[in-house]
Amino acid sequence: MLRPLALILLAAAAIVGLARPAAAERLITSLSEHRVMVTPSFNGREVVLFGGIEREAGALSPRGGYDIAVTVIGPRQTVVTFRKERMLGIWVNYESRVFENAPSYLAVLTNRPLDAITNADTLRRLQLGLDNIALPQRIDPVAGDDLPGDVFRKAFLSLKDEHGLYRQESNGVTFVAPALFRASIPLPAEVLVGTYEVDVKLFADGAVIARTPSALEIFKAGFEQFVTTSAQNHGLLYGLAAASMAILTGWFASVVFRRD
Amino acid sequence: MQIYLPIADLPVNIFLILGMGLAVGFISGMFGIGGGFLMTPLLIFLGVSPAVSVATVSSHIAASSCSGAISYWRRRTIDIPLAGLLLAGGIAGTASGVWLFTTLRALGQLDITIGISYVLLLGIVGGLMVVESVRAIMRARQGKPVELRRPGSHTWIHGLPFKLRFKRSGIYVSAVPVLGIGYIIGFVGAVMGIGGGFLLVPMLIYILRVPTATVIGTSMVLTLVTMASATVMHAATNHLVDAVLALFLMVGGVIGAQFGARAGQRISGERLRLLLGLLVLAVGIRFGLDLTLPPENFFTLRPLEGG
Repeated sequence: MLRPLALILLAAAAIVGLARPAAAERLITSLSEHRVMVTPSFNGREVVLFGGIEREAGALSPRGGYDIAVTVIGPRQTVVTFRKERMLGIWVNYESRVFENAPSYLAVLTNRPLDAITNADTLRRLQLGLDNIALPQRIDPVAGDDLPGDVFRKAFLSLKDEHGLYRQESNGVTFVAPALFRASIPLPAEVLVGTYEVDVKLFADGAVIARTPSALEIFKAGFEQFVTTSAQNHGLLYGLAAASMAILTGWFASVVFRRD
Repeated sequence: MQIYLPIADLPVNIFLILGMGLAVGFISGMFGIGGGFLMTPLLIFLGVSPAVSVATVSSHIAASSCSGAISYWRRRTIDIPLAGLLLAGGIAGTASGVWLFTTLRALGQLDITIGISYVLLLGIVGGLMVVESVRAIMRARQGKPVELRRPGSHTWIHGLPFKLRFKRSGIYVSAVPVLGIGYIIGFVGAVMGIGGGFLLVPMLIYILRVPTATVIGTSMVLTLVTMASATVMHAATNHLVDAVLALFLMVGGVIGAQFGARAGQRISGERLRLLLGLLVLAVGIRFGLDLTLPPENFFTLRPLEGG
């Protein structure tokens, strides 16, 4: 008769026990700017993230010290990756894979290499790092799925890396004091406008003990915004304006340069 | 100095864009072509997406051909009735070209079709122009009189009905080949995303025997009208015209076109055709190499439109 009660008590104790470390540390973060404006002179930006680890009075600090992993995920985008193949002497985009809702930007910043922070299983479960991020593919019905999809995934990651849009930096987070850290988030000029999710994880002895999500927004303003919205909402007028601009520019040049 | 392009979504160097506009404008003014077949690949190389490049280049071509057309108008070297008739054929051609473009895109075979058409078209047209102009220059060197009009060389084209007289060009031809040429230019232009001036000029010279004097001005008027309407259509349907990029290209382009038009007047017709032929051939070879040489990277990324 006592067995169910004991089980419940045991489960309750387990829950409390698991929850304890999370309650022991609080992770506080702050971004240097939450809204990044794209101006005519925009050429990329570096946003700085500051964070502090607040410990409950009397809580012991972990033996291995704290580790921080910052993940920044940009607006999602469906992207096609083509592979060229030789057909009749010509290089043709032959096979392709569609990556559904892949992050347009991805930064994984840590204070030391990911595999030193925690084990491979945890990384995979948390989808932490470029090797573990989920990139769902829509399989091309013609190509079938017999090909190792890894090739396309690898190519996708390396192309994104070339443009500075995907990056993993094991020295991206710096501890300025035992419980105080900073990380700079490099945003290249090619970033898309939209919301960027910033997720900061605090690790102790290989386990996540606290997590703080926040976000930053990249947006266009002023003239940039005006051009973009007019092009989107008043296409015909915008086109007529562009065509008139072309004709006026041409006419103006012929007047200015008239010599005969 | 960098400037951020709002539609293309990337920063570029202002002076690089102005310089590109200037160089392509000079060529377009000199030969009476739009220069789209040069500018579009250049922009794509800079990192602008192909769709935005094609749409934006159309407004740049409209500006340089407008400035060029006004210069030729003052010199009275434009054949308005001929341009009007070509335009009528051109509109029909554009409509069928857009239909084929959409169909090929749905089939996923657009890129390769564009690549092969560039190689074939530029290769054949460029090659023919080089051979012909070299022959003409050789004849002139040997002291033989330059045959401006060859009365005996009437082809079957001159036997077609509905003959019209084009006074300014001094030709008497059927309306059928004029409409046909307009149609082909409109069709090819829509499929390949180019103005088609480099095709139109030789066609007018070799098929209709329009004298070199009026051919460039007339071709410019046609380019101006088609490209201005293409700008409006691209902006209204795809929202892909980058006005900031277009403005910088235009400013460079119109200045270049003025100097180009003057330089063109000083060079003899044969030499002009030889230079244009070499240029067209070079771009064709470049596209050919892209298709046949092993690529640096076998993989490319492209965002799915509307995805």
